[in-house]
Amino acid sequence: MTTSSIEPLGDGALLIRLGDSIDAATNRTAIALAGALCAADIFGVRDIAPAYASVCVRYEMSSADFATISTRLRSIVDSIKTAEYSVDTDVTEIPVCYGGKFGPDLDAVAAHASISVDHVIDRHVDANYEVAMLGFMPGFPYLRGLDPTLHTPRLATPRTRVPAGSVAIGGAQTGIYPRELPGGWRIIGRTPLRLFDSARETPALLSPGQKVRFTRIGPDEFAAMRR
Amino acid sequence: MSIHVVAPGSLTTVQDLGRFGHTHIGVGHAGAMDAVALRLANLLVGNDENAAALEITLRGPILRFDDGALIAITGGEIEAHDENGIVTTWRPFHVRAGCTVDIGHLRSGSRAYLAVRGGLGVEAVLDSRSTDVNTCLGPFGGRALIMGDVVPTMLHSIEHTVHATWSLDPSPWFDERADRPIGLIPGAHFSHLDVQSQQSLFAREFRIGSQSNRVGYRLQGHALRLREPLELVSEGVVPGTVQLPPDGEPIVLMAEAPTTGGYPRIGHIAAVDLPRLAQRRPGQTVRFAEMSPDEAQTRYLQRERELVALRQSIIERLKA
Repeated sequence: MTTSSIEPLGDGALLIRLGDSIDAATNRTAIALAGALCAADIFGVRDIAPAYASVCVRYEMSSADFATISTRLRSIVDSIKTAEYSVDTDVTEIPVCYGGKFGPDLDAVAAHASISVDHVIDRHVDANYEVAMLGFMPGFPYLRGLDPTLHTPRLATPRTRVPAGSVAIGGAQTGIYPRELPGGWRIIGRTPLRLFDSARETPALLSPGQKVRFTRIGPDEFAAMRR
Repeated sequence: MSIHVVAPGSLTTVQDLGRFGHTHIGVGHAGAMDAVALRLANLLVGNDENAAALEITLRGPILRFDDGALIAITGGEIEAHDENGIVTTWRPFHVRAGCTVDIGHLRSGSRAYLAVRGGLGVEAVLDSRSTDVNTCLGPFGGRALIMGDVVPTMLHSIEHTVHATWSLDPSPWFDERADRPIGLIPGAHFSHLDVQSQQSLFAREFRIGSQSNRVGYRLQGHALRLREPLELVSEGVVPGTVQLPPDGEPIVLMAEAPTTGGYPRIGHIAAVDLPRLAQRRPGQTVRFAEMSPDEAQTRYLQRERELVALRQSIIERLKA
């Protein structure tokens, strides 16, 4: 990798930048790099998290400084190639009850795309998604792969509460709210699955790089799965 | 031994030094806002620096100790009382069984820390006993303490012994006057500010907005402008990162910073000064002094050396 740079993020963290756009190759490289950095178990590093086009590394200032740690990181960054990204063939299915009280913005998304509500659901269900990163809140997945016709601007005024499990579209991105939060994304449906539970052995349902598909369920199934 | 919350105060939470190793699933650090004060409170009662203690905000709680305990209070200036009089701060202090301690209002600073010998015995969530109020993660379901809560401690009882006659001098660790400039390292997008905004950031005084909390401090009074809008993809941010949202009022991310953000990063508070900023109150002002990453690191290590030396002498004292 020759296009990468390492920049300080204050005095106890740094960003390894692989690009500045949202694309599959850069994102996969970031996820692969984060995995390689974890495996390298570098002394003083205490947190490694991939994002769309970068990896954030936080270190303990008493045991490492920027110059030393970036030298160590540089050798690992240079050895990573996009091809090394191991594609996980497992696909996590997320059941979603679209529209109605669970998806108050479904009509608006359809109107914005000039297609029917059923076509919005079909296109949302037909796409293959990958978890680009988790952020903003514990367990909040940013998914790549949204059908471009469904790209919809955020609400001008965010809602004060968006229920847990809400599946939403914000511009070109789609994501799922792990818990009740304020939010400005367009809500098109809701999943009965729990995206985050700190008491589970694996607290976050999804992790960076994971493949995801949405499936359509009705209100009865939603209620049954909730029980 | 347990501590009963008779009155919760304005925002009393269980905190340790934070939650690490989970940012890849969106879980931030949380932990004490003034980490140095928490460490010193723990050292004064012979605890590990990372033991869980109470973070007290502006109006302190009223607490009943059902058994004898050794406590220490550090951080902002308060006048705490038990039934026998004033509870001296910045020293180990014995509380008798059944005693009620009224922590009172902070007279200066915005946070105080109450450590108990042995540490608070709440269960760790994702390797930490810190409370992330914003994301509801940690002890007590991730919320602040409320009336009627019972906070367990790790130790059963501490027999009453003679009070320590010494105490720490708070002045190296706490700015009573709250006028010292805070070290700021220019961030990746500092150069995208217009010239006047670049100057304002270091020349002007900002007011800490009333919306400020454990997630972030809003800086008001001098809106800053970019030369032209920046479109950024979300990437990592940390406590201390200074973001610039479109309204031009910078936000300093604090202990409960989210793990990622998409606003321009105009700077970062030097880690050594973040506890000092955490002691400023909404309505108070703050000035920033430009600091290089090297100087920030040097000053941080210098403070760590001072803390190590202090820890050694506290340990000697506690043995005596």
